[in-house]
Amino acid sequence: MSKNIVVIAEAKDGELRNVSFEAVALGKKLSEGGEVVAALCGDGNLEEMANELIQYGADRTVTVSNPELKTYTPDGFAQAYKAVIDQENPDGIVMGHTSIGKDVTPKLASQLETGLISDVTEVEEGDDGFVFTRPIYSGKAFEKKVITEGLTFVTIRPNNIAALEKDESRSGDVSSLDVDVQNIRTIIKEVIRKTSEGVDLSEAKVIVAGGRAVKGAEGFEPLQELADELGGAVGASRAACDAGYCDYSLQIGQTGKVVTPDLYIACGISGAIQHLAGMSNSKVIVAINKDPEANIFNIADYGLVGDIFEIVPKLTEEIRNMKVNA
Amino acid sequence: MNIYVLLKRTFDTEEKISISGGKIEDDGAEYIINPYDEYAVEEAINIRDAHGGEVTVVTIGEEDAEKQLRTALAMGADKSVLINTEDDLDEGDQFTTVRILEAYFKENEPDIILAGNVAIDEASGQVGPRLAERLDIPFVTTITDISIEGDTVSIERDVEGDVEKVETSLPLLVTCQQGLNEPRYPSLPGIMKAKKKPLEEIEIDDLDLDEDDVEPKTKTLEIFLPPEKQAGKVLEGEADEQVKELVSLLKNESKVL
Repeated sequence: MSKNIVVIAEAKDGELRNVSFEAVALGKKLSEGGEVVAALCGDGNLEEMANELIQYGADRTVTVSNPELKTYTPDGFAQAYKAVIDQENPDGIVMGHTSIGKDVTPKLASQLETGLISDVTEVEEGDDGFVFTRPIYSGKAFEKKVITEGLTFVTIRPNNIAALEKDESRSGDVSSLDVDVQNIRTIIKEVIRKTSEGVDLSEAKVIVAGGRAVKGAEGFEPLQELADELGGAVGASRAACDAGYCDYSLQIGQTGKVVTPDLYIACGISGAIQHLAGMSNSKVIVAINKDPEANIFNIADYGLVGDIFEIVPKLTEEIRNMKVNA
Repeated sequence: MNIYVLLKRTFDTEEKISISGGKIEDDGAEYIINPYDEYAVEEAINIRDAHGGEVTVVTIGEEDAEKQLRTALAMGADKSVLINTEDDLDEGDQFTTVRILEAYFKENEPDIILAGNVAIDEASGQVGPRLAERLDIPFVTTITDISIEGDTVSIERDVEGDVEKVETSLPLLVTCQQGLNEPRYPSLPGIMKAKKKPLEEIEIDDLDLDEDDVEPKTKTLEIFLPPEKQAGKVLEGEADEQVKELVSLLKNESKVL
């Protein structure tokens, strides 16, 4: 039986996030031939992004544009999304498990009095509907969950469900919905940018992570260069954060972020169980460590025994050469 | 000020996970206060010390959770409440948890509720925002700094690495992120005092709830472990050779470059 699905899309720095395209792909699967409606809110003209969502597989897009939606607030965005949901009355809702997704979906689920399965990494068809796999204990284990009553409401972990191929010839209806956004109870005074433009740790395809052996804030520089060369992001172990070499927002592990990039390069990270929990489901793991007995080598696909300050710059150089020669 | 902390008892982060009989094996496991909830307890104590009032730590669970409540009391919380669901609840999800907490808080008047931003076991991160919505109070998640003046609350929060400065007002729910504070260890006098502090135990029947109200909306069918990762190749030779081989392997064997 076909179903109608609302996909809540999200933009950052004026560009749609990749996970929103992944959410559209999942929406399409859940719809079983029904309609996939993307919902997008913000300030100004959203038409170009609305069309891009259609090119990635949405049947149409509903936009909510309002000066109050220039920056995210739970009250503002929830009112906008709720208005779209009320208009569309969908059988299911999909969103990315991002900072905004984690914040707004529980609020919406509470308003709708529905269940919510968050941080989904895999979906399959079961006997009684779709079954959603999600990591628990930071990826030390997984659980398969189903919705037993009401809407199918899920958030998906970036990088796990493949987006559909972009089809520039695809077109669909873009409509706007006027929402009287009011009573925003949390006011954003200022946003201090600490991360580099572009690549977010949770969405990065490549992560170069440093441990205690980077020895200081400046020790992260060669790692950043390697990450830049690979179009990736820099992460860190708890030891490096605790030592004050970097911000806690870079921490990967059981406390901190859980990541699943295509390539994870662990530099001078010993591999405590808490760190492994946050990254061991990465597709390919490279470990560089002076200590050949380091635990990280037990889960690495490729191990390099040696000094990170010697190896990492050479690696950056080699990759640069490879690109030049390609 | 009426300060509340939502606390969850979780496996120690050192624990390896195994499965027996379709469930996570908990025999002999060490338990701790969920690390993010520990930040919440610490911050609650700091807020009380600055503004006066009382810190009440609330958990939903079974009798075993008393140990973590006592730890929170030993850190400096004033009172604790165990909502014991052992006899009444076979299965629950975040919807269930929030319905119970909602019923509890309807009978109390929190000025501020602090919780962890996520529990390291089930990691849904839903309970805080869901509860705030039910109580019709604002919420701010993943906070790394908070100061309160009168009814005005100034907060810094972590948004994927960036810092967002937020202004809001009481009553309020916040969820705590690493970097907010350094949770204290309970002192010996603290541990002694904690033994005499109130630990109230209530059951679902004591709250204004019917069984139907707490019926979960989701269900876990199966729990499984990821395939064990095998140790791969350790590359040989001088740094130059290792690097060349690595790039070639990443390009040709695993095809990630």
